[in-house]
Amino acid sequence: MKKLGIILNGLVNENPTFVLMLGMCPTLATTTSAINGLGMGAATMFVLICSNLVISLLKNLIPDNVRIPSFIVVIATFVTLLEMIMKAYVPALYESLGLFIPLIVVNCIVLGRAESFASKNGPFDSMLDGLGIGLGFTFALTLLGMVRELLGAGTFFGMTVFPDRYGALIFVLAPGAFITLAYLLAIINKIRKVS
Amino acid sequence: MKKLQSSLTNMVLSLGIIAIAAAALLAWMNRLTEEPIRLAELAKQESAIKEVSPAFTNSPVAEEILTSSADGEQAACYPARDNGRLVGVAVKTVSHNGFNGDIELMVGFTPEGNIYNYSVLKQGETPGLGTRMVDWFKTDKNRQSIVGRDPARDNMTVSKDGGDVDAITSATISSRAFLDAVNRAYGVFRQVSGQLSAAPVAEAAPADTTGVVTNN
Amino acid sequence: MIYIFMFIAAVFVNNIVLSQFLGICPFLGVSKKINTATGMSGAVAFVLTLATIITWIVYTYLLQPYHLEYLQTVSFILVIASLVQLVEIVLKKISPALYQSLGVFLPLISTNCCILGVAILVIQKHYNLLESVVFAFSTAIGFGLALILFAGIREQLSLLKVPKGMQGMPVALLSAGLLALAFMGFSGIVKL
Repeated sequence: MKKLGIILNGLVNENPTFVLMLGMCPTLATTTSAINGLGMGAATMFVLICSNLVISLLKNLIPDNVRIPSFIVVIATFVTLLEMIMKAYVPALYESLGLFIPLIVVNCIVLGRAESFASKNGPFDSMLDGLGIGLGFTFALTLLGMVRELLGAGTFFGMTVFPDRYGALIFVLAPGAFITLAYLLAIINKIRKVS
Repeated sequence: MKKLQSSLTNMVLSLGIIAIAAAALLAWMNRLTEEPIRLAELAKQESAIKEVSPAFTNSPVAEEILTSSADGEQAACYPARDNGRLVGVAVKTVSHNGFNGDIELMVGFTPEGNIYNYSVLKQGETPGLGTRMVDWFKTDKNRQSIVGRDPARDNMTVSKDGGDVDAITSATISSRAFLDAVNRAYGVFRQVSGQLSAAPVAEAAPADTTGVVTNN
Repeated sequence: MIYIFMFIAAVFVNNIVLSQFLGICPFLGVSKKINTATGMSGAVAFVLTLATIITWIVYTYLLQPYHLEYLQTVSFILVIASLVQLVEIVLKKISPALYQSLGVFLPLISTNCCILGVAILVIQKHYNLLESVVFAFSTAIGFGLALILFAGIREQLSLLKVPKGMQGMPVALLSAGLLALAFMGFSGIVKL
C-alpha cells in the first residue's frame, strides 16, 4: 500500500507539471502533438527511473560537497545512453524531439528528485518514485499534446477528427503552448479546490 | 554504511570514479549502437529513394555518386535501375535558406529529367506552415505540384517571384528554400546524367543493405 | 553585416524563450519583479557567453579530434556547472558589488536549460568561434528582453482583479502566450 502511495504521489499530489511547475521547457516545446508529448514523457521517465536508482545506490559513497556534480554526471550519462538508443531504434521520434533529448539533463525534475528523494531513500522506493513522477510528467505532456493537436491540426494521435482547415494553427505554434497550459492549469486548480 | 566524509581525497576520488565509470559505460554503449544507428540512417535513405524512384532492382545506395552542385554544396546521386536499364535518379541536396535550419531533400528524376517525386529528409520549419512542404508540392491542385514537371521548361520558383509554382500559403520563405533545393538537385542531375547513360549496364548482384559500406 | 542579422534574428525572430522554449523555468520563476528580472538577465548574459566560448573550445579541440563526440552532453554540463561555481568565487573576490546583484542568481543558472541549449545549438549549427560568441550574446539579450518585458507585465497583473481559478500561474502563462504572439510578428523580417 505504501509502495502504491509513492507512485500516486508523483502522479497526483506532486505532479511535476501541474503542481510543482517544473520542467516547463520540454512541456511547452515538445507537445505539438500527442505522440511527441508521449515520447518526451517516456524518455524523461526512463532517465528518472535509472538515475534515481543509481543515485540511491551510490548515496553513501558520494561526499556531500560534490553531491550535485556527481548527480549531474550520473544523469548526463543516462541521457546520453538514451540518445544513442533512440538514434538507433526510433530515429523519427529522436529527430522530432531534437534538442530536447540532451536537455533532459537540465530538466529540474530529474535533479530535483535525485536531491529530494533518491539521496534519502532506498533503491526500490527511489525507482518507484521515478516511475510515479515520470508517469505524472508523461500524463501531463500527453494531455497537453492531445489538446494542442486536436485544436491546432484537427487530429487525435494522428487520426483525422475534422479537416485541418478548421484547425486553429495558433495552438500548434509557440503562443498556443502557453495559452493551452494556462487554461489546463486553471481547470486543474478548480478541480483540486473542489475535491 | 556510514556516509563518506567530505574530505578532499574522498571528494576527488568519488567524483573521479563516477566520471570514469560514466565515460567507460558510454564508450561501450557507443560501440554497441554504432552499427544500428548506421543501419537506421541507411534504411531511411533507402526508403526515401524507393519513394522517389520508379520500381528498381539494383541497389542505388551501392552506386552512390558523391558530387557537389555548381555552387559548391554537397550532393549525392543514387541511380535506380530496373534490370540494368536506368529508370530514375534520386538526388539528395540541401538548402540553407530554410526558416529554421537546413532543409534536406531527396528528389527523384526520370532519365529524361522530369521530376518523378520527392521526399523531405530533414526540415525544421514552422509546424503547420512550412512543414506542409512534406506533401504540398505533390498535391495536384492549382500550380502547387512539382511532380511530373521538367525544370528545363518550367520556371521552378514561387509565383510571387515570377515562377510557375504556387508557394505554401503563408510560408513563402519555406517554399523558396524548398524550390532552391529542388533546382540544385536538378543541376546535379544534369551534371551526372551524361555519366549515367540510359544504356543498360551489367548489374552487380543486388547487395543486401548490411553489406553496404558507406564512409562517414 | 551578417552579425547584425544574426543579432536581430536571435533577439526578436527566434527569441530563445518565446519561440524556442529554452529557459522557461527562470522566465516563469524570477519574473515577479523588474529588479530581480534585470539581475537574472545580467547573470545569464555573462555566464551564457562565457560558457559557450568554453564549450566550443572543449568540443573543437578536445572532443572532436579524439572522436569523443558522444561525451558532449556530459562534458558540457560539467563545464557549465564548474564555470558557474568559479564565476561565483571570482566575483565574490573581485567585485563584491556585482556579486551582490548577480550572486543570488548564479546557483540557479547551472540548471537553466538555455545555457546548455545554446552550447549544443552552436555545435549543431557549425558556427565558428566568433559566430558562436555573437549568437550566445544575442540570445542572452533576447532572454533578458523577454524576461524584463514579462516582469513588467506581471507587476501590472498583480494589481488587477483576476478570476479565482486563473490567479497566479494560469494568468501569467496566458500573458506569456500573448507576448509570444506579439513576437511572432517579427517572423520573417530577417533571413539567415
